[in-house]
Amino acid sequence: MAKKPISFVLNGQDTSVFVEQGGNLLDELRRTVGDLSPKFGCGQGTCGACTVLINGEPQLSCLVLAERVEGQRIDTNGGLAEGPDLHPLQKAFVEGFAAQCGFCSSGMLMAAKALLDRNASPSRDEIAEAISGNLCRCTGYEPIIDAIVVAAENMRRRTT
Amino acid sequence: MSRVEFRKDLFADERSDDLNEVGKPTIRQDIIGHVRGTTRFYDDHLFDGLLHMRCVRSPHHHARIRNINVSGAESMPGVRRIVMPSDVPNNLNTLLSLIGFGRDDEPLLSSAKVAYKGEPVCAVIADTERQARDAVAAIKVDWEVLPHVLDVEQAIQPDAPVVNETYPNNLFDYGRFDHQKLRFGDVHSAMQRADKIVEGQYQMSPIEQAPMETCGAIAAPETNERIVCHTATQALFFSLGTTAKLLDVPSSRLHFIGGTVGGGFGGKVDSITEPMAVLGALLTGKPVKFHWDREEEMQVGAPRGAERWVIRDGVMNDGSIIAREFTGYFDCGAYTRLSSYAIQKGVGHLPGPYTIPNVAANVYCVYTNRTPATAMRGFGITGVDFAIESHMDKVAEAVGMNPIELRIHNAYRDGDMKAHRRVAKNTALIECCQVAAQKSNWQLGPQYASASSLRDGGSTERAAIPETAVDMVGKIGERRSSSIAASPAQGTERVPAGQASELLSPLPLQHADMQIEPSRVGHTVKATAPLANAAGAPPPAATAHRETTQPPATQVSTPVSQQSPVSPPESLPASSTGSYQQPPRDQPAASPPEAPAVKPYEPQERFNKGMNRPGAARHLINRRRR
Amino acid sequence: MTVHKGRGFACINYPIGMNLGGDPSQALVHSNPDGKFTVTLSSIDLGQGMKSVTRQIASETLGVPVEDVYVDTADSDTGPHCMGSFASRGTHRVGNAVIRAANEARQQMLAAAADELEVNASDLDTDGRGNIFVKGAPSRSITVSETAIAAQFKQGKTLAGRGIFLVPKSDVDDMTGEMSTVTTFAHAALIVDLEVDDETGVVEVNEINSAYEVGRALNPRLVEQQLIGGAWMGVSHALYETTEPYYPSRDHAPLDFNSYLMPGPGEVVPHNIAILERPAEDAPYGGKGPGEMCANPVLPAIANAVYNAVGVRCDSLPITPEKVLRGIRANGGAQPKGTPG
Repeated sequence: MAKKPISFVLNGQDTSVFVEQGGNLLDELRRTVGDLSPKFGCGQGTCGACTVLINGEPQLSCLVLAERVEGQRIDTNGGLAEGPDLHPLQKAFVEGFAAQCGFCSSGMLMAAKALLDRNASPSRDEIAEAISGNLCRCTGYEPIIDAIVVAAENMRRRTT
Repeated sequence: MSRVEFRKDLFADERSDDLNEVGKPTIRQDIIGHVRGTTRFYDDHLFDGLLHMRCVRSPHHHARIRNINVSGAESMPGVRRIVMPSDVPNNLNTLLSLIGFGRDDEPLLSSAKVAYKGEPVCAVIADTERQARDAVAAIKVDWEVLPHVLDVEQAIQPDAPVVNETYPNNLFDYGRFDHQKLRFGDVHSAMQRADKIVEGQYQMSPIEQAPMETCGAIAAPETNERIVCHTATQALFFSLGTTAKLLDVPSSRLHFIGGTVGGGFGGKVDSITEPMAVLGALLTGKPVKFHWDREEEMQVGAPRGAERWVIRDGVMNDGSIIAREFTGYFDCGAYTRLSSYAIQKGVGHLPGPYTIPNVAANVYCVYTNRTPATAMRGFGITGVDFAIESHMDKVAEAVGMNPIELRIHNAYRDGDMKAHRRVAKNTALIECCQVAAQKSNWQLGPQYASASSLRDGGSTERAAIPETAVDMVGKIGERRSSSIAASPAQGTERVPAGQASELLSPLPLQHADMQIEPSRVGHTVKATAPLANAAGAPPPAATAHRETTQPPATQVSTPVSQQSPVSPPESLPASSTGSYQQPPRDQPAASPPEAPAVKPYEPQERFNKGMNRPGAARHLINRRRR
Repeated sequence: MTVHKGRGFACINYPIGMNLGGDPSQALVHSNPDGKFTVTLSSIDLGQGMKSVTRQIASETLGVPVEDVYVDTADSDTGPHCMGSFASRGTHRVGNAVIRAANEARQQMLAAAADELEVNASDLDTDGRGNIFVKGAPSRSITVSETAIAAQFKQGKTLAGRGIFLVPKSDVDDMTGEMSTVTTFAHAALIVDLEVDDETGVVEVNEINSAYEVGRALNPRLVEQQLIGGAWMGVSHALYETTEPYYPSRDHAPLDFNSYLMPGPGEVVPHNIAILERPAEDAPYGGKGPGEMCANPVLPAIANAVYNAVGVRCDSLPITPEKVLRGIRANGGAQPKGTPG
């Protein structure tokens, strides 16, 4: 099948790859670019494990045509930490025991990041709404919501 | 917001809380990888030239396969191989053959007929998943649709279609009978003494485990005639052994890697994706991925099976349950998988956490034309607990009693005899009831608020095995010729009252150094447990391990307990042994640690042959010949 | 339209371990040259915390800090046989195998330290912070690290251990059902408070109060994870989940998460948990695996609470709005039973 060259900015890095025409962004990120942080949970756009940010907006990468991201800015959980230092969201997930199997964590973190980027002090309801497209089968969601609350507090403290 | 509190005040004298590491809220070892997205699940291992495998599946509940036409698919772009049932060297298995339980009844790919919607009949290996899907759609199967049965009670009628030819009565075999019996005391005569009879029927529908990561495996040739398999299995050696058996490959040639799994909940025990992927790698010499998409995970991947329970209680006006009778139907779908074992676990659990002097149960493992059922969180227990605890509320209403007080009144306590004829210990149901009631301000009468699991159990009456009414109804095959009642029959024979038998204890230690000092475990250990001493002497002979003695209760006029849980009819092969030996049945009373029974290595015969069978690793055979 | 409050109770016990035995698990423990330990298993971490809990068990048994132990799971070339992670057997079976393996390694460690300190191994103990000392004379000590270096480079000894745990397989009598099942039971009791809307049939769970008896919470946060997540799954099973909504008919089967329903983050139920610990004699440090049993009491407690709220006995799961409404209509309207307690 014909391949198409595209360029985009992945986690701040200029990235150019040949993608399958008609291929989805999730497959291309994982197999072609080698960023394995977004996960395949359903391929139907219903579980959120593949969530990445495209120009800051959370998107389901399994439903996005890879060709469509030409020239755009993509952020994944693979780029969330600053080198060895965990992002405050990641840190809060660790300390709050907000993951069990960890399969939904990358998508969940990106949905949470998109929320905190536009709303530094979300309510619990706003958090629940922001992650409502991300399924978790292990935790019952509450530890995840708690962790996002803690991360938001820590990030506000850091900026003030 | 949820809150968690520790009731350290309860059972405090049975426990010390001064351990160094155990009991600490240590951060999970794996969590950094999880939050960074660097944890490697099975699909996070990249292989150049990875091929994709997908199955052609039955659209019918029950159908014979007249013909499969793959000619169109073979020549489609990217298609590397069509995989047929004849490519599977040993195409019949049952999961629990690895512990010697049940007969082989399920092919990896079905060649003669299908018995559920979604059953695989062949597979395509192609360069991309899309090409594999296109080729699957181009394969034409000529089906002869057969009558099907979906309801468990219809499936055990004499004229029901045969779902699974290995079990032609649509029922799994339990010794001489087509169901698992439990008999304790005399339910029928106790019912006649009861003030009230309370009946109920309960139904649980199939439930999907729904782990966020679907089942899958990637297999690839390694550099040394071996196949590496990255897998999402919940049971690595179970999957390895199943693969070795189905594909007739020595287990030494399989290198399975897993252990980090995106949720399982019981849905990743069935070991189907691993033999499929390894077969693909053997047939193509390339890395092959076989996984279920979400649709397959939901409808083809085995669910928690549906269960139907009928409960009948004989109750006194003071709330004492004096008799409880169960009729249970496990809908195991088209093949056995783990349902047969779930039933024995469920039967051992009856009548729930209560001391009831007369208990009887008939539980059926029924084959129907639906997706086979398997394990799920709460295996064998969740369904019957729903039935029992819903029923307890009906009983409470019938006798006009506070539902929690009714539970405490009937709760099992330390020293009580359970219906499967072993003594209960380490019980704590009453304390849980009391604490939960306190937390939601549900008032309990003083005698219930002060009850204890440690007191009033194990009296002569509560610890006794009563004289028991037994019957011979429901022998294998009887139901085919005439309709017989499913519920426990009135006893026709009596087995005398008896004493409790010993529980099976863990086998003794291989070496005295493995025995942790009792002072370091943080809780009371029975003095008779095998203790290490400095000289490495054998543990005390009489108490280290005690095989169950045959209790008086089973000394009946009819032959006692069968030699194995399943005695296959003569016409059928005995269950295959796979790569594991069933643990020896008769352990010595105590095996001294310095005298292990060393056996020379004996390769299993099946692994010495079969390399020239169709489909078995041609590229590897060639390499071997060089 | 009226919203009716209801309250329901259920209590359960749960057998820990593969019920009828015959299911071995093995573990290997070995030390690096400087006294850091690796535990190798072929057991699976599905999220339940196998790696974490066996790490704590191994460090407790060895008598070294948890940071000095890492657990590697599931490579069939390095990890010895294990039946698998199912039937609540992980903590019990694998935990016991790890204790045995770690204890054998500990005995070798104490023997090596005894050689260095010129005392009897039986006079030595660990402080859990990386030191081995003479009982009664804590100033006479050697670090685990020095001990491992001496064992490897001077004494030519390994600090390693193997462990296996096996309960022999029990048969089941076909006439009486007599069997020797597992000996370890976890327990739970749980009260659900909920509301039922008699116009829509929708059930909303408001609060859960529970008591779970887990033997010993080997890691209290891991136990909490299981209990909160497990109760969530119980609510989900009770009210939403099935692959065959009109069982035994196979029609209307869900194929995705739009039709296979589960509660979302907006439906989190406040859950007040009390954890009781009555250690089981043959369980590792007394701990019973809490992972499977935690969902079980929620299902009947919700069914009982729905009956309490509107007088409809839902004896078939899941308790969908359709079933509740049909029940209310059949009864000629909601029949609240009055909140108990």
